[in-house]
Amino acid sequence: MLKDTQKAPGKRPNMAVEIAGIKLRNPVMPASGTFGYGEEYAPFLDLEKIGAIVTKGLSLKPKAGNPTPRIAETISGMLNAIGLQNVGVDAFIQHKMPFLRTVNTPVIANFFGNTLEEYGEVAKRLNEIPEIAAAELNISCPNVKQGGIVFGTDPLAASEVVTLVRKNLQKPLIVKLSPNVTDITVIARAVEESGADAISCINTLTGMSVDIHTRRPRIANRTGGLSGPAIRPVAVRMVHQVVQSVKLPVIGIGGIVRPMDALEFLIVGAKAVQVGTANFVDPSVMMTIIDGIEAFCIEEGIADIQELIGSLKG
Amino acid sequence: MKNYRTKIISNQEISPGYYRMRILAPGFGEQAHSGQFVMFRVQRSLPPLLRRPFGIFRTGFLPPDCDGLPPKEFVEIVYKVVGRGTTIMAELHEGDPVELLGPLGNGFDAISCEDEKILVGGGIGLVPLYMLAGELIEKGCSVRLLMGGRTRDDILAVTEFERLGVETYVSTDDGSLGEEGLITQVLERKLQKYPGAEVFACGPMPMLCAVHDICRAHKTPLQVSLEESMACGVGACLGCVVKGAGHTEERPSYLCTCKVGPVFKAQYLDWQALAESHGVIGGCAC
Repeated sequence: MLKDTQKAPGKRPNMAVEIAGIKLRNPVMPASGTFGYGEEYAPFLDLEKIGAIVTKGLSLKPKAGNPTPRIAETISGMLNAIGLQNVGVDAFIQHKMPFLRTVNTPVIANFFGNTLEEYGEVAKRLNEIPEIAAAELNISCPNVKQGGIVFGTDPLAASEVVTLVRKNLQKPLIVKLSPNVTDITVIARAVEESGADAISCINTLTGMSVDIHTRRPRIANRTGGLSGPAIRPVAVRMVHQVVQSVKLPVIGIGGIVRPMDALEFLIVGAKAVQVGTANFVDPSVMMTIIDGIEAFCIEEGIADIQELIGSLKG
Repeated sequence: MKNYRTKIISNQEISPGYYRMRILAPGFGEQAHSGQFVMFRVQRSLPPLLRRPFGIFRTGFLPPDCDGLPPKEFVEIVYKVVGRGTTIMAELHEGDPVELLGPLGNGFDAISCEDEKILVGGGIGLVPLYMLAGELIEKGCSVRLLMGGRTRDDILAVTEFERLGVETYVSTDDGSLGEEGLITQVLERKLQKYPGAEVFACGPMPMLCAVHDICRAHKTPLQVSLEESMACGVGACLGCVVKGAGHTEERPSYLCTCKVGPVFKAQYLDWQALAESHGVIGGCAC
């Protein structure tokens, strides 16, 4: 009987994907900084149903973040300049890992450094934690002077930081790229040549919004990172460009709110996607997106999600 | 704490520009404490993108229908139309779908009933005080409400507080209802009369600053409910933080309004920073 149902049209597709050796049950995971350390969202969705958990960006020492106001809504998007506030890698290991160890889902630790040396040091600490499946190197935060953007906008600097981190990290290394560059493929190739295992893109686009009554910037940092549906077409274009220019697997990020948004990224060749701002709008949105991708595959007669990835025509 | 995909029971204008929305929310009341909030979103609307936080006015049950089913449970929010989101909300009707996340955050902390309880509400800041008043009255406390607004239109639900057994005092800037002037003048008088009182306040930042200064001068314990822009409401985005008392560049202390608050004991906050970030002229004593 079981075999019959498996053969019947409308059977559930294989949703599993593999990125740099990490096996994911499906291609949907949160974007760093929009999902806390995982535990914050446990009341709202089953953490064992998503593809992976991506932590808030971790630094060597705890980081307080930027002055307030830190966020402002804009048309179909939001500006943020949180300033990489985080508990620091040691507190993460001590206080956040015990919960994450109880969850049967790969953990991807996002991290950054104030200096080249700090990037290397955090990579070393993360490497020692067996339950961390992979590390995502942030060289693209636009909101702090030493948030990585320096490394993310210059191919030589990007190459230098990836090379150093690579030496200190035996785990799969994902490098998260900034869209605030003239040609993202130049950075993507530099990162590939320096030993990255995968690329995730895009981080937020630098933006600004002004309160016309007070004539002050709407966030204290003046500029912030724009995220949400407003940036999606830009993100799809950049993911497409990166997929075309490197051999590494790419994780697509940028304004995914609905299943069809995630499908766009998969079709242009992203092997997985990250959902960011939408987690704030609906804390269980990733379940809706996973179910929607599955329903789409059934409808289109797709047995394996691999058939969809990179299937762009024309 | 739950993510409700639910519908509106009623949505009525209670004073010009102010609305009371009753939303179906089974199981909400037993989890909710006074001072907590919900993140609210009108389904299928974009913009606005993000949910907006609203204080819980009260929870309750509808009178039972004749269908033999248990009575329906609801949560009520009261809101003022100020922007695009609340304009859309004001146009909603019975049966319209909405999303509600909550109850969220830490509410008021009222343990003993030894002393007088004084609640200070400014305009829409009255909202979280109603459940608190109910809880305090139930414990047998003596509760007074000082309610301030610009005009009589900004004075909300006072009779409902009176029905609970709360003694109420009203002031308006233009004298169109109650005493003419600021509600903080009334507070000053009441604290002289009841020096051992405990104060709970919610309202615009200039009012909260003044309430804080008065309470500090009288050495009166104060709890305040804050409003900050927030994206997630669950402690993940870190967008709604306020500076804690003793915050410095070297030893920063940022507290999430959504998780540590929205109700704070006044002594744990950096009032100078609060006044600055809300553009309060003249600042605030610390």
